[in-house]
Amino acid sequence: MKQVFTRPESLKDVQTHFCPGCHHGSVHRLVAEAMDEFGIRDKTIGVASVGCSVFLYGYFDIDVIEAPHGRAPAVATGAKRARNDRIVFTYQGDGDLAAIGTSEIIHAANRGEDITVIFVNNTTYGMTGGQMAPTTMVGQKTSTSPYGRNQAKDGYPIRMAELLAQLEGVAFSARVAVNSPRNVMQAKKMIKTAFRYQVEGRGFSFIEALAACPTNWGMNPLAANERVGSEMIPYFPLGVYRNTANL
Amino acid sequence: MSEKLFVKGNEAVAMAAIEAGCRYYFGYPITPQSDIPEYLSRELPPLGGEFIQAESEIGAINMLLGASATGVRAMTSSSGPGISLKQEGISYMAGSELPGVIVDIMRAGPGLGGIDASQADYFQATRGGGHGGYRIIVLAPASVQEMYDLTMRAFDLSDIYRIPAMVLADSVIGQMKESLTAHPRPKATLPAKEWAVRGRESGEPQNIVKSLYLGDGEMEAFHWKMHARYQELAEKECRWEEIETTDAALVVTAFGSTARIARTAVAMAREAGMKVGLLRPITLFPFPRQAYETISGYCKRFLTIELSTGQMVEDVRLSVARDAEVAFYGRPPGAGSLPTPEELFEQIKKQY
Ligand SMILES: Cc1ncc(C[n+]2csc(CCOP(=O)(O)OP(=O)(O)O)c2C)c(N)n1
Ligand code: SF4
Repeated sequence: MKQVFTRPESLKDVQTHFCPGCHHGSVHRLVAEAMDEFGIRDKTIGVASVGCSVFLYGYFDIDVIEAPHGRAPAVATGAKRARNDRIVFTYQGDGDLAAIGTSEIIHAANRGEDITVIFVNNTTYGMTGGQMAPTTMVGQKTSTSPYGRNQAKDGYPIRMAELLAQLEGVAFSARVAVNSPRNVMQAKKMIKTAFRYQVEGRGFSFIEALAACPTNWGMNPLAANERVGSEMIPYFPLGVYRNTANL
Repeated sequence: MSEKLFVKGNEAVAMAAIEAGCRYYFGYPITPQSDIPEYLSRELPPLGGEFIQAESEIGAINMLLGASATGVRAMTSSSGPGISLKQEGISYMAGSELPGVIVDIMRAGPGLGGIDASQADYFQATRGGGHGGYRIIVLAPASVQEMYDLTMRAFDLSDIYRIPAMVLADSVIGQMKESLTAHPRPKATLPAKEWAVRGRESGEPQNIVKSLYLGDGEMEAFHWKMHARYQELAEKECRWEEIETTDAALVVTAFGSTARIARTAVAMAREAGMKVGLLRPITLFPFPRQAYETISGYCKRFLTIELSTGQMVEDVRLSVARDAEVAFYGRPPGAGSLPTPEELFEQIKKQY
């Protein structure tokens, strides 16, 4: 019988700590597949952020540095400048990248650091128990927006892929989702492109992945997956926002 | 290379970093240390190194963390307000057992304060200014030559013990020009950086640089391990300078720039026939307690002088014999000038 589906080499054979239906695991897999396909596992350094993905090193069979909350792009900058023959990527949540780490991400992007950033947007702070994030949707109830996010008080959800696309240093910026087979295929293509840009030394590449956090959304995995399509994608449209190959 | 040069203290730090093999510098401008990034922005690129002017001190310290995690020698520098911002990263570096050199050219605080010389970052430096209970190596140069020598030493100690090291000076030492003999890097036996994250080529095992300890007892074990390392540092690496202490009835103690002025005041006292000596700590962490223990065995009077309302004096009091008396004379920044030797001589007479 022909084997059609295997675990990517870059992923370890371990049990996951992610909640059922969490999209972190799916994004991990796509990143690992991209690494496998470029054959870069042994020259890749991952930079883990603080959040549900902090255990990056527990899943990826690569060298990993764990960064302080929000600072992964600065840590990756230091690592890449010191070892510029390596592939360096960060993996960050929305609280990490779009709140505490806004300064670090904008400036790393603007310097055109030759790194790849994987940004998982699940509209909440997952690890700390579902508080309001900069990406939380207007009206969305969270543990710190019990009446729903109020744009007059709390501002609007930030669209990072579009925001970073404005910066000259960015080579590639795209938003993907992993809520349907079609979107997974598309996401895989985009993540590969992001890594390819770094392999080719073209500068900063950014992938925003819309993701479900069933636990903190108080939904079952199927409903949470549904929500990505019905509520998130209309506000956070999928697509490529900057691609220097097309400029 | 053993040239005699006439340079600023800050330049000596930058030159020493290069001589020590540091090729990566990350910083953000702040007076009175900007000569360091300025020098390195000019000198590192031709050497194949990297200078990055970060978006903030937070960015800079985390770039240092990332570079250091890959096993290279790297450095950052700042002054009080910036060092405050770096504390988060310093705590993470301490928690990740990462080496790295941080230079603090102290200025007046708290808050924006001013750019006068100050020694009021002593607690912040020696107590582990960030969260979680850790220490870093702190070296206190008192001359341009020592800015050079101790910066090189900081790189070695930091690599050997896997603890971040700070060079703690003030704006007087940083800005002053003196002659410097720029000697080659001293030979030291340094451990291989097997822990470094470089990618796994050649089948090395996975390396992880992290400070998260969630397993049963892991965090406690980490703390005890580091505690033992701090004790080893205290046993092996304390440094200080003693001048005419063997017969002293009063020992003046001060670090950095104040120690220089105190040295002149002590000479004036000797001239006047008074048995006064000087004890200058060079390592502030580990603090040279044994020197105070020994001297306070026979000399019962100490006078601590600082450019603050008193911080190191606490370490002095903890280090001397119970029956020794420790007086304090402080000149917090903003007094408009440094204390004069005459002024300190008056204090010596009072305490003698
Ligand atoms: C300086 C600092 N502030 C706050 C925290 C607490 N904290 C840990 S994870 C986290 C939120 C992570 O959320 P996100 O980045 O969205 O990732 P997710 O868990 O959703 O994947 C916060 C606030 C911290 N570790 N450090
Ligand atoms: S809390 Fe949310 S983001 Fe974190 S593992 Fe669970 S589902 Fe995933």
